[in-house]
Amino acid sequence: MLEVKNLTFSVEDDKGRQNILNDLSLQIPTGKLVVITGPNGGGKTTLAKAIMGLIPVSGGQVLLDGQDITALSITERARLGIGYGFQQPPRFKGIRVRDLMDLAAGRKLNQGECCNYLTEVGLCAKDYLDREVDTGLSGGEVKRIEIASVLARRCGVMIFDEPEAGIDLWSFSRLTETFQDLHKNSDATLIIISHQERIIKLADEIVLVAEGKVQKKGPCQEMLPCILQDTVTTCSRITE
Amino acid sequence: MDKIQQELLSQVADLHEVPEGAYNIRANGVSAGRRSTEHIEIITKEDKPGIDVRIAPFTQNESVHIPVLLTQTGLNELVYNDFYIGEGSDITIVAGCGIHNDGNERSEHSGVHTFYIGKNARVRYVEKHYGEGEGTGERVMNPQTVAYLDEGAVCRMETTQIRGVDSTKRTTRVEGKAGSELIIVEKLLTHGKQHAESRMEVVMNGENAKAQITSRSVAQDESVQVFYPSMEGNAACFGHVQCDSIIMDRARVRSIPEISANCLDAQLIHEAAIGKIAGDQILKLMTLGLTEEEAEQEILNGFLK
Repeated sequence: MLEVKNLTFSVEDDKGRQNILNDLSLQIPTGKLVVITGPNGGGKTTLAKAIMGLIPVSGGQVLLDGQDITALSITERARLGIGYGFQQPPRFKGIRVRDLMDLAAGRKLNQGECCNYLTEVGLCAKDYLDREVDTGLSGGEVKRIEIASVLARRCGVMIFDEPEAGIDLWSFSRLTETFQDLHKNSDATLIIISHQERIIKLADEIVLVAEGKVQKKGPCQEMLPCILQDTVTTCSRITE
Repeated sequence: MDKIQQELLSQVADLHEVPEGAYNIRANGVSAGRRSTEHIEIITKEDKPGIDVRIAPFTQNESVHIPVLLTQTGLNELVYNDFYIGEGSDITIVAGCGIHNDGNERSEHSGVHTFYIGKNARVRYVEKHYGEGEGTGERVMNPQTVAYLDEGAVCRMETTQIRGVDSTKRTTRVEGKAGSELIIVEKLLTHGKQHAESRMEVVMNGENAKAQITSRSVAQDESVQVFYPSMEGNAACFGHVQCDSIIMDRARVRSIPEISANCLDAQLIHEAAIGKIAGDQILKLMTLGLTEEEAEQEILNGFLK
């Protein structure tokens, strides 16, 4: 079980102190596929980063299987089995796709293993393994390699921040199947930040995050109609 | 050869024993072994220190190793090595210099390598510089490389200096005729108070000559690096210079490029970037379970690979 309790993250800007996460609490049972959705700027990525330790929270706790990991570093959390797929992954001059996959797996992967992970994200290993993860790759390619690197970690909790962003329709379809298969065939907890209906539909539970809080959560069948309803209604501020 | 020299030899030439093919090993200013082969002749110069290496036309898939080892503190030498590479041959030349200085006097090796590369010949030139030793004496290497590429000749130069050399001034000058191709891959890592300067001058004189220079460097601690890559196109040719440096700590890096086109159809490109390791790169590798130090090391290893 992954649990966040009363999580707060604040920043200081021109308008003064802003709470990006506002006393947010959430429980994610082991083995569930949870999709976090909600409006831009609502705190979804910040929540994911707080779980991975990528940002220092101002208050609250993160617990993994009962262990308080709030004070642990990114590295320590990664070694406890949390994986993270960045929304905008960095590029590396000189590091090849093969090297990144080996680093992710923590050992040298053989050709077949690399091939499997890359196929999961719709890439052919033969074309990519010896290419550098640098500006020679398109945004969509880097994004798919990023997802493959998380899959290669085979960790217990995998967080993906908008995995669909920058990915073409064909690859997106393949990716959706990958998440579906991963959920069906493993005990991993999957946390996916997404706005895509096809990914949202895979969820055991949907969490709607806005204004730094969990506004609503529930099973897919209950939540999806509400979310679709919300997205077609006019902005309340304009109607006011 | 003693143990220290053997260790240096493995560092600069990846050699653990006498290499296959032709070789000339120079240790503390004197020959420590030489072998010529049927197609590759190594001769001592008579007018100045150094050797002539003559490679017969159409020699295929052979190699020459010419490592230099310095373990005697205070030794300063200037050596001239000339390579005459026959038409249509395909060879690998492995040079390299290792200095082990345990004393407090300056040890210096300056090598002037000149390559005359015949028509359609292909040369791969690998040069590694390495320094070690507990002494306070400086380890200095000032290599000069000059290459003349005849029509259709291809030359690939891979030069590496990772740590250990206190001061280096590298000069490279290459002239290429029609259809020639030059590829230079330079890798450099300086640390401590080291100083490195690399000056390159590539002149393309014939149609369809090509040149690609890739320089990657890492400057750590208080070290200083200066690059002067220059490329001149005097015919319909294509040249690309790419210099990337990672700067760390209190190091300083300067890059002063120059591209000159003297022909309407000369296409010359220069790209240069100096920057620190991006924070998001470190974070990404930490999410894979690496510590910050391990992440930094992987980024540097990849960058200089």
